Amino acid sequence: MLPLFQIGSTGQGSIGETAVFQRKVGEIVFAYTVRRLLMLIPVLIGMSIITFSIVHAIPGDPARAILGDKATPEAVEKIRTHLGLDQPLYIQYFEYVKGLLQGDLGESLITQRPIAEEIGPYLAGTMELALLAMGIAIFFGMNLGILSAWRHNSAVDYTAMVIALIGVSMPVFWLGLMEQWVFAQELGWLPSNGRIDPRLGFEPITHFYLLDSLIKGDFYAFNDAFNHMILPAVALGTIPMAIIARMTRSSMLEVMRSDYVRTARAKGVSEFLVIYKHTLKNAFIPILTVFGLQMGLLLGGAVLTETIFSWPGVGQYLVDAINNRDYPVIQSGILIIATLFVLINLIVDLLYAAVDPRIQYGKE
Amino acid sequence: MIWRKSSILTLALLFIFSTVLAACGGGTGADSGGKTLIWGRGSDSKLLDPAQVTDGESMKVTKNIFDTLVDYKEENTEVEPALAESWETSEDGKTWTFHLRKGVKFHDGTDFNADAVVFNFERWMDKDHPQHKGGDFPYYGYMFGGYKGDEGHIIESVEAVDEHTVEFKLKEPQGPFLANLGMSAFAIASPKAVKKDPEGFAKNPVGTGPFKFVSWKKNNSITLEKNEDYWEKGKPKLDKVIFKSMPDNTARFTALQSGDIDVMDGMNPSDAKTAENEDKLKLYKRVGMNVGYLAFNVDKKGPWQKKKVRQALNHAVNKKAIIKSVYAGLAEPAVNPMPSSVWGYNEKVEDYEYDLDKAKELLEEAGYEDGFKVEMYAMSDPRPYMPDGRKVAEYLQADWKKIGVQVDIVTYDWQTYLDKTGKGEHEMALFGWNGDNGDPDNFLYVLLDKDNTRTPDAGNISFYKSDELHDVLIEAQRSTDKKERTELYQEAQEIIKEDAPWIPLVHATPGLATQSYVKGNLFEHPINWYDLDDVDIQK
Amino acid sequence: MSAQPTPSPVTTQDPKTEGEEREALNSSLRDAWRSLFRHRSAVIGGGIVLFFILLALIAPLLVPYGFNQVDADARLQAPSAAHWFGTDDLGRDIFTRIVYGARISLWVGFFAILGSIIVGSLLGLIAGYYGGWKDIIISRVFDTLLAFPSLLLGIAIVSMLGPSLENAMYAIAIINIPNFGRLMRSRVLSVKQEDFVLAARAVGMKDWRILLKHVMPNSWTPIMVQGTLGFATAVLEAAAFGFLGLGAQPPEPEWGKMLSDSRQFIQSAPWTMIFPGMAIMFTVLGFNLLGDGLRDILDPRMKQ
Repeated sequence: MLPLFQIGSTGQGSIGETAVFQRKVGEIVFAYTVRRLLMLIPVLIGMSIITFSIVHAIPGDPARAILGDKATPEAVEKIRTHLGLDQPLYIQYFEYVKGLLQGDLGESLITQRPIAEEIGPYLAGTMELALLAMGIAIFFGMNLGILSAWRHNSAVDYTAMVIALIGVSMPVFWLGLMEQWVFAQELGWLPSNGRIDPRLGFEPITHFYLLDSLIKGDFYAFNDAFNHMILPAVALGTIPMAIIARMTRSSMLEVMRSDYVRTARAKGVSEFLVIYKHTLKNAFIPILTVFGLQMGLLLGGAVLTETIFSWPGVGQYLVDAINNRDYPVIQSGILIIATLFVLINLIVDLLYAAVDPRIQYGKE
Repeated sequence: MIWRKSSILTLALLFIFSTVLAACGGGTGADSGGKTLIWGRGSDSKLLDPAQVTDGESMKVTKNIFDTLVDYKEENTEVEPALAESWETSEDGKTWTFHLRKGVKFHDGTDFNADAVVFNFERWMDKDHPQHKGGDFPYYGYMFGGYKGDEGHIIESVEAVDEHTVEFKLKEPQGPFLANLGMSAFAIASPKAVKKDPEGFAKNPVGTGPFKFVSWKKNNSITLEKNEDYWEKGKPKLDKVIFKSMPDNTARFTALQSGDIDVMDGMNPSDAKTAENEDKLKLYKRVGMNVGYLAFNVDKKGPWQKKKVRQALNHAVNKKAIIKSVYAGLAEPAVNPMPSSVWGYNEKVEDYEYDLDKAKELLEEAGYEDGFKVEMYAMSDPRPYMPDGRKVAEYLQADWKKIGVQVDIVTYDWQTYLDKTGKGEHEMALFGWNGDNGDPDNFLYVLLDKDNTRTPDAGNISFYKSDELHDVLIEAQRSTDKKERTELYQEAQEIIKEDAPWIPLVHATPGLATQSYVKGNLFEHPINWYDLDDVDIQK
Repeated sequence: MSAQPTPSPVTTQDPKTEGEEREALNSSLRDAWRSLFRHRSAVIGGGIVLFFILLALIAPLLVPYGFNQVDADARLQAPSAAHWFGTDDLGRDIFTRIVYGARISLWVGFFAILGSIIVGSLLGLIAGYYGGWKDIIISRVFDTLLAFPSLLLGIAIVSMLGPSLENAMYAIAIINIPNFGRLMRSRVLSVKQEDFVLAARAVGMKDWRILLKHVMPNSWTPIMVQGTLGFATAVLEAAAFGFLGLGAQPPEPEWGKMLSDSRQFIQSAPWTMIFPGMAIMFTVLGFNLLGDGLRDILDPRMKQ
């Protein structure tokens, strides 16, 4: 994910020494950002063409989806004409791109509402879930990693690593179903579906339910929304957790072998504190990498988890659109996700440099 | 360096904090909105203008927002007063006078009166009406023989005699006219709201019904609230109704079990069994007005073009076993293309009994003693008449192997499935039908007449074209004498049985389950089973 | 990997140098092989993988039932001596179906990954070796494919082609192409600068020969490691497609499809859900362990 980065050995220790240097860094960062954003353009064009072609090659058409199973052929024909589906494909494509260039993501064929407006709550739903999943993954992953490095080659270490290995090997949807079975159906501890109990009549503001309930000061709703998130977030967070645990462990083992720790230990600083502090420092980069990659994956890849937990997220939204042949929604939805994916990774890449002076941008 | 540590610490703290919070806050807790009923269902409504919709998911909601002039009794399909308190008909049956209920108001505060009724009927019947907008009005055309100006249109005029009296003049008498008026499609909408935004009315409906429309989150939920001024005293009992879309049948059932929703329909049959055995749930079984079948595409070249082969395969289906395995017992084996609850059903037709030897014999007679290969379409999405098409196909596949018929199963998602079968690309396909109005024509003509074999949207996907059947069905359509029609339809069923363009498989019994605290036995009503005005929650 | 000919401007090709290079490669492979056996996780992983391969090969010998042997009277029976893993809702023996399912998962995983390795490496080779506009175009194609939410892309592709095991395999192959492509490209970029390649170029060796003789062998290791790990991903993806009804078609006993078929019985007959899930998990675990081991042994540099 770092095609433009090089981990170099130059310039360490010199950051921030002079204002000139800082300004130069600023310029480089800016130029780099612009370049990355420019590179997004061909990607988006390519994606729009690929998506458009695939979507229109799927058999069936939205007119039937709009009218239902009992539609008469005449009505289907009327709707097709009305939606412009009888136009040649290239004209439909250019019409779509023309809209895009004017900042218009189009309208859903099924609901006839602007996509830009409609997709928001779904995106928020997925993001909130993904963030909590990442939180769980980081918290447990790091501690598991630290624990197993600390007790290297002990039973604790092996157990932790077996857990991590099983974590990356489990089908997410299977894990989700098992969780539902045990915690929702058998034990009845947690809700199995949706984002919040509809009986609460909760009216979201930002559609990040945890945030909204805090804004409103409605702790009951916060609690309910949080309960709804636990099972899907654990399912979704398991793979990143396992990855983070393994990364933390190996980077921590390196730290423990380093002179720095030995010195610190010799000086009598508490071993645990030393390890904790330095691991955190060193584990930050790999965690950031996992974060960037997994957030991107979760945005579009939470489809299965969302299906199982009836979670109104963007994956669900797009799968529905595919099933209904809602062409504009599929096209614009995928473009939005891809753009977010690229942006998240750009931010992650920039953060690397912010926290690790050894990294410099520039040449390939 | 500091911020890194602290941010991670914050995260950890937040996590612990929320876990603790979650742990303390378990349990059911107080409902903020009084008696709220949450109905979990498979998909969202399409529109909420009753006159424009044809799908059950839309009617389920409009039924509760709107009222019709007359309604069906709870116990059967007889008519009782609703918005019309009483009515009389002239000797020749061409004039109907309705006396409307007084003091009824639409949800927007305007009065319900004769003008409103006239406005609604004119909007539906007249394609040039300024508010004939927002979609088609299919049921009107279907039930009343077309629209204004059409030859078969039977309503000559609708007029307001005074503020509370409406008079219908028909061109000729129509036997089921009064019953038709009770169909939820002919519910009366607020003229003021329609005029204000005819296109948008279907997304913001205003009626006189027991519940008022509050909000519609597309693909998610529709919220209705109690109409405090409902004309029927003591109703509705619920304060709020939420229709929630949860596409996955299994996920929906899980939600019901964990108490997230109060009612669900579209159950997997095995879940229905589970619900039956659970104390906190109650299962309602409805007599299904549907049929699930296997259609042979007789337009496609292949052995199944021979009648003997089709009959042989009819003998090679163990319907009882399929019902046991796939439907968990919640279905009736089908003999005719329509269920016995529809009038005109021919009891005398006997099914091809399950007999593999006989099937083999017939195949030999037809010259296929070594069997043959065939592609069978199965839908991948659950349908009410076929909760799992793939499993039905697997079952047939295993059975037919014993008589040498090799089946390749092909599945598609529903939209593709409709597209491909409508074009006749299949050799055999599993399919089914949900009846609209309980008329035999709605099954036999729609599904098996040669008129309906027109691609790309054929309704008769076996592409069976029998002139003999066509004549009978058309004669039955033209007749108004129920006895005569019954005889004709019974004859039609005999023709179909002999020609065997299908293997009629089952009539499924759709299950609906509620929490046991949901009271009100309306779910068993054959037509208006989703009428919620009498439903209550008693915890 | 270590031996390199001297970059002296020789006029003829020195066969000895090339021989040495190969010799070195062989001995390093031997070393790797030896250490593979010493490496615990690789041995366990390899063992699991081998187990499933054997299972797939001798499936019919192992089980007394057919994988589509329907029996309405034996539906949803709990595990017993007759049915080790119980039966599903059509009364089919689950153990039998899992054993046969191993064939499907391995088959899909193998060919999907083989496909993406072939296409990806080829594109990566071209992009890395030739550079210029070829590189720009191919790299943008990789970027584009990577930016797609992969499962959604897969769903769209399968919807277009029609749901079947084969089409799911194509979809998995397509979504994995850029992983191998980029890896190959970066390897080629670094190998290209190695002395023996420069030398071969200098003596006027044809491009395809250089690619075949020098670049490819020196880029294989990471591809092999990535391929083993990718196998694990492909098995998971195949199961996901099966679960969504877009992969294997009835009556194929694909594990993911078995899970989706049995979802509704999770409470009444949990064995219908537990065993197929475990089968997926162990297969994936095996490939993950093997891949990790291979990486540690063959390519210490890749280890983070």
